[in-house]
Amino acid sequence: MSTAPQPAGAAPKRKRVRRTPATWVKRGGLSKFLFLLPLLLVFGLFSWYPIVRLVMMSLQFTNLVQPAKWIGLANFSEVIHDPLFLIAVKNTAEFAGLALVFGYPIPLIISVLISEVRKRRGLYSALAYLPVVIPPVVGVLLWKTFYGDSGGIGVFNTILGWVGIHPQEWIQSTSQAIPSLVLYSTWANAGSTVIIYLAALTGVNRELYEAASVDGAGLWKKLWHVTLPQLRTILLITMILQIIGTAQVFIEPWLFTQGGPANATLTVLLLIYDYAFGNSIGAAYGEAAALSLMLVAFLAVFSLIYLRATRAWSTS
Amino acid sequence: MTVLPFRRKQRAYEARQQGLVLDDDWHRPSVKWGLGTAHVLLLVLLVIVGLGPILWLFKSAITTTQDTIVSPMALFPHGIAWSNLTDAWNNLDVGLYLKNTVVVAIGSWISAIFIATTGAYALSVLQPRFGKVIMAALLTTLFVPAVVLLVPLYVEVVDPPFIHHSFAGNYFAIWLPESANAFNVVLMKRFFDNLPREIFEAARIDGCGPFRLFFNIVIPMSRPILGVVSIFAILASFKDYLWPLLVLGDTNANLQTVAVHLPQIEPFTPLGDFLAALALSALVPIVGFLIFQRGFLRGTGLSGALKG
Repeated sequence: MSTAPQPAGAAPKRKRVRRTPATWVKRGGLSKFLFLLPLLLVFGLFSWYPIVRLVMMSLQFTNLVQPAKWIGLANFSEVIHDPLFLIAVKNTAEFAGLALVFGYPIPLIISVLISEVRKRRGLYSALAYLPVVIPPVVGVLLWKTFYGDSGGIGVFNTILGWVGIHPQEWIQSTSQAIPSLVLYSTWANAGSTVIIYLAALTGVNRELYEAASVDGAGLWKKLWHVTLPQLRTILLITMILQIIGTAQVFIEPWLFTQGGPANATLTVLLLIYDYAFGNSIGAAYGEAAALSLMLVAFLAVFSLIYLRATRAWSTS
Repeated sequence: MTVLPFRRKQRAYEARQQGLVLDDDWHRPSVKWGLGTAHVLLLVLLVIVGLGPILWLFKSAITTTQDTIVSPMALFPHGIAWSNLTDAWNNLDVGLYLKNTVVVAIGSWISAIFIATTGAYALSVLQPRFGKVIMAALLTTLFVPAVVLLVPLYVEVVDPPFIHHSFAGNYFAIWLPESANAFNVVLMKRFFDNLPREIFEAARIDGCGPFRLFFNIVIPMSRPILGVVSIFAILASFKDYLWPLLVLGDTNANLQTVAVHLPQIEPFTPLGDFLAALALSALVPIVGFLIFQRGFLRGTGLSGALKG
């Protein structure tokens, strides 16, 4: 024995002695590490650490001047007792619900129709996708003019006037503001869902249609009994993704109405923004983090329940 | 002897077979006329809804403010006002903000491609020891919506630990966080996973190290997926608003992107000039889409397949 007797606890370590940095480099460990390093750094700094920091901040009082102070669940109770909290939740739910009612069936109908087009199908898809490439800021500011928010009665009221309908208030009315935002949002986002469905529709096995035809099924029956069941996995996924996306709606209420009129379009994300960066309340980072965390937790639980509940219908 | 024409016929038949409506149905007059009408209606609707707002924007960009407010649907009642465009370019400095937007987009694109290719290569081909753990950590970030991380990310950027120097107004504060996109990495890794391993083995036997394998073999074989990730990264950067607003909103206006700047000038800009500025800002992504149309549509379809 060249070495002195070791304490019992160190015994398993001796087996590892062979793994020196030199052999690690020789086995390609260094290059593996070098290739992985950018990813680890970027995700560590801008994804994983902020997640941890979010949880910490929700339990702290932070003002960036003094060191953060641990204050337990005070931020959460502050948020829950804020009268604006329930308003924001209600508005967000209303936005998400309406966006689902309008935004969910429309892309499906459009894509099923487009998939039956036999000439110039690319033109149809391109037209459907075009609004998606317009930057949301440009889209929203343009639609503000449509709603008549830049002076005059606006484009939509002019068109309604042609068929004898009175001018509507659109985003300036407490009751029409959210539906107006949903209208824009559907226009801006439906295109990418159409393309996703079109891709899924080409994957439907044609023999199923032929078999259904042989069995005497008409168009509607084939649509109902072959197309939709074949699409159900993607349909279920786009639905949950849409709900998750609309629960985080920000640009529309922020740029159209700044949460107004009378908080009619104050959404959860707008409230988070107000807590953290709005001037009226000041830099309440703790409350903002607490509300963010509540949103994530709600979406996670909701998605889990959704996936559980729909597992029986899903193919995979 | 009749095999060949028959086959050709069969192939033409299959190519025509699109889906739900089989040729047998297609020849029935009710289907033909019903579906034909539906398609014409759909095309009209798509032109009005998809193209209409954009055409209106371009029309109003060269219409006087007065005309746009009084009669928004009229076509140049008092002539064309080209001056809107020059005003937007000279007085509103749209060119400068467009340049900033392009610089931000190119930086985000480079960093997104760099992170996605190197990371996916390490995870898929080199397979380090904790690869599975890293992959799981990446996948969890897919379930945390980026917007809820804004507050900790903002605090981190304006008051970073140890450095204590605010990065607000610095483009790196946009480029780097945008590349932390697990979706791009997963998309890239899926593609690398499907590359034939035999080629890697052969290259290794020929003495090709991990760096040459990456640059000379894996990257040239990945052109399709590089195109898709590039389109996603650039489009996302053009559309991004909230994070650039936090980083660039309160600092030197000369650094702002179009998306950050336009809402700030909206209240005190004549409508005609403002719509011209909007039109100029929308032009770049629209032209990009028209050129790379197939890439856009294929990429979006692919993203759906990944989600499914």
